[in-house]
Amino acid sequence: MAPSREEVFTTVQDVLSEALGVDHEEVSHESTLQGDLGAESIDFLDIVFRLEKAFSIKIPKGELFPEDALSNPEFVDGDKLTPAGLDTLKSAMPHADFSQFEKDPDISKMPDLFTVRTIVNYVEGKLKAA
Amino acid sequence: MRWIWIDTFVEFVSGQRAAAIKNVTLAEDYLHDHFPGYPVMPASLMIEGMAQTAGILVGEVRDFQENVILAKIRLAEFREYPVPGDQIRYETTIDSFDERAAVTSGRVLKNEQEIGRVDLIFSHVNNADRSLGLPDHNFVFTEQFRHLLATARLLSSNGDRKPDEE
Repeated sequence: MAPSREEVFTTVQDVLSEALGVDHEEVSHESTLQGDLGAESIDFLDIVFRLEKAFSIKIPKGELFPEDALSNPEFVDGDKLTPAGLDTLKSAMPHADFSQFEKDPDISKMPDLFTVRTIVNYVEGKLKAA
Repeated sequence: MRWIWIDTFVEFVSGQRAAAIKNVTLAEDYLHDHFPGYPVMPASLMIEGMAQTAGILVGEVRDFQENVILAKIRLAEFREYPVPGDQIRYETTIDSFDERAAVTSGRVLKNEQEIGRVDLIFSHVNNADRSLGLPDHNFVFTEQFRHLLATARLLSSNGDRKPDEE
């Protein structure tokens, strides 16, 4: 039987506290990985490897944290994502909550899309599909 | 500059595990400063020793075609420090390996007793990553490593040293 959402969250808490050296209590659903928990680029890869092991899942490159979604210059206009860019990112990250970001799709705010909830959503979807 | 912190491989199983040893000797300069009158092997150099053992294990998987960069120290803990006369053994296994990176976990032993653990992540950096400003040649597995690679290749596929090549 697939674990409950709360069980998934607890395991994600374990993974993030080990990968980022933060206390359990610091890891809430709303925490952003970079801003609140201090993740750097290599940490994202570490998190992916740890999630794969903790949940016995395979996470293909770019699926949880899309890296190439914005490589097309048509997706970016100055500091903002174009509507086409936003659509592409949304379809690449169905597990993320875009409600705040799409009001002002400033590229510098993109890291805020990567929250603990984003990971929990992703893992839940992955486990259901398995 | 020479920056080799392992003396030889004593086990090497391609893509799986390796073990290397380092003999600590008072002939090495750094021990006279770390610390004066109290020479102990610095933990940072044991991390480097493990990184070289594990990095060569990881690099060998793709025949050293890619640069293998130490990207993250996942865990480093030591309970005891080796002193001159001790032999350090670095044992490492590959836990995950893909086109982006490799994860290794390892034990550090002193005279056959476990004294620490070092878990690492290596990034694979190849010519496609030149936008990072890295040189286009292999800058990790240079000549300095050739001797060590030779010791690794002396080992048979099951990891034991071949008796006829001792």
